[in-house]
Amino acid sequence: MDQKKLMLYQNMLFIRRFEEKLTELCKIEGKLPGMVILCTGQEAVAAGVCGALEKEDVIISNHRSHGHLLAKGADANALMAEIFGKVTGCNKGKSGTLHIAAPEVNALCTTTVVGGGIPIAVGTAFAQQYKKSESVTVCFFGDGSADEGSFHESLNMAALWDLPVIFVCENNVYSGAQRMEEHTKVKDIATRAQGYGMPGVVVDGNDAEAVLKATEEARRRCLAGEGPTLIECKTYRWRGHGEADHQAYQPKDEIAMWMERCPIKKIEKELLSEGVITREDITALEDSITIIVEDAVRFAEESPLPDPLEALDDVYI
Amino acid sequence: MQQITMGQAIQQALAEEMRRDDSVFLAGEGIGVGIHESPVMPTFGLLREFGPARVKDTPVSEAAIAGLAVGASVMGLRPVVEVMFNPFFTLASDQIVNHAAKLRYLSGGKSSFPLVVRVKTGAGFGAGCQHSHNLEAWVAHCPGLKVVMPGTAADAKGLLKAAIRDDNPVIFIEDMGLFFFPSPVPEGDYTIPIGVADIKKPGRDVTVVTWSKMLGVAFKAAAALGQEGIDVEILDLRTLLPLDKEAVIKSVQKTGRLVVLHEATRTGGFGGEVAALAAEEAFSYLKAPVKRVTAPDIPVPFSPPLEKFYIPNENQLIEAVKSIVV
Ligand SMILES: Cc1ncc(C[n+]2csc(CCOP(=O)(O)OP(=O)(O)O)c2C)c(N)n1
Ligand SMILES: [Mg+2]
Repeated sequence: MDQKKLMLYQNMLFIRRFEEKLTELCKIEGKLPGMVILCTGQEAVAAGVCGALEKEDVIISNHRSHGHLLAKGADANALMAEIFGKVTGCNKGKSGTLHIAAPEVNALCTTTVVGGGIPIAVGTAFAQQYKKSESVTVCFFGDGSADEGSFHESLNMAALWDLPVIFVCENNVYSGAQRMEEHTKVKDIATRAQGYGMPGVVVDGNDAEAVLKATEEARRRCLAGEGPTLIECKTYRWRGHGEADHQAYQPKDEIAMWMERCPIKKIEKELLSEGVITREDITALEDSITIIVEDAVRFAEESPLPDPLEALDDVYI
Repeated sequence: MQQITMGQAIQQALAEEMRRDDSVFLAGEGIGVGIHESPVMPTFGLLREFGPARVKDTPVSEAAIAGLAVGASVMGLRPVVEVMFNPFFTLASDQIVNHAAKLRYLSGGKSSFPLVVRVKTGAGFGAGCQHSHNLEAWVAHCPGLKVVMPGTAADAKGLLKAAIRDDNPVIFIEDMGLFFFPSPVPEGDYTIPIGVADIKKPGRDVTVVTWSKMLGVAFKAAAALGQEGIDVEILDLRTLLPLDKEAVIKSVQKTGRLVVLHEATRTGGFGGEVAALAAEEAFSYLKAPVKRVTAPDIPVPFSPPLEKFYIPNENQLIEAVKSIVV
């Protein structure tokens, strides 16, 4: 378990530093095209869920995808280059930050259409069941996405057919500028699971180990043919919806309160007090992460933009 | 005259109509308290003035938003609902395509659905193909709907007021590329009739039919072509459905040449409809083949050079015009 816990810590720290770099780059006018949407503060969900998965397990992600992709093992250079719109990016610059897919690590579909990924997860899980493969699908989506019709149709069908899918609702309190209580009457999205005939679990989304455990249990159920689970991870979005968002609607003390509950600091403290790591280990880890992130930025910056005519490629096979 | 952006012109139209008529209300995602509070956004300040009973921030639920409009309108209210970006129209489309457009017909003319769906659109923001996708041809393929797509701030204000007062469902498509640049807009109340195209620049040699943001591209090309002695007539459709056939035919009869310019992709685009109209009803006046200048048949790519390649530009229009004006 110590090793697993250490891995959770490493993965979270990596996601944090990768995205802090993006925050920095966003401040340089003209550096990054388009929107940049970060998961800062929510790393425990990505790391905890993906920590329970095997390589052949599939993830379906949403607009806030960097953490999911990195935790699933996507290449940092290719990810960074895609965010820069470079031809060496995971998706050759066609996607940009909003819908990055990394099929090589089974991050098969990322969609920025809110709720758009949930029915797709039903399909990938159906294929897994159909092929009798020992793998599952995880679908990441936000609290706001549970307001879309697609959520309800998909959970019903997945439960009906006992599909091996784990619905991970990353409840970061906000859907755009709307607080949870401004967009839905229910306190816990997880309670909706009952209406579709599957377990609904609420976990502390800032506790990577708790997320990991809940995902392991859901995965076990999937593989035992017991069907889907809805896991609601309660967490918080430290930054705005995107980097252009000034967070006027987010109370400062609320942000501060959640920053106190930093998922990375929490696990770091535990690892230190349990004697799993030392301060020196942390420094060494930070240094190695800095190198990887700097390398990724250099790779992205030195990579060429796509040739305009490449716009015509990849529409069909 | 006041100099305001299209976003502000739409805001004025909404505010003035809401003051004039209690049955007008708004609903949509982030239309009250949004992520970006900016005076150039079309719903800026409306929650403050009209309160949460008439300015409804909704959950992310496009099907319910569109259905809300259908149901409220048959009860005599005048909903103006917003679809944040054109691609999300697909989630609202059952209520709009199968219901708003058809229920009056199904009622044998007994019911009416006076609703407006405002849809923001346009490429050029580096947001990629799930945020940018001009789908006006889809809705124009639905009898029972009206489809409006203004190209200037002044037109947007007058057309939106007309749309709100119209007793039919109107899809009102706003290109966000026009939200930020000021242009002259009349103060106070005025409407512009739906279904009437507008000659934005008279000319002798060739008709350029266009709408929405591409109007600016047409003007740039016309200025350059003017330098070379080619006199372009720019016909802004403003409304796609019902199409102002007479205006197109008349202009083609005058110039004998037609180029259609739109930002949407080519195949199945509304430009084909305009070209067919010229072929059917003004064939004998045409001195050259009809040309289309459009986006290529691809989704909107993210990377800046690719997105730039996607969006039709004045050079392509100039080339198309020159290819038929000898
Ligand atoms: C169908 C659709 N409607 C609206 C949007 C605009 N939009 C993007 S993210 C978002 C909020 C989603 O909130 P949530 O699901 O909680 O995810 P979070 O951003 O909090 O991670 C909205 C409304 C969209 N992308 N897709
Ligand atoms: Mg959320």
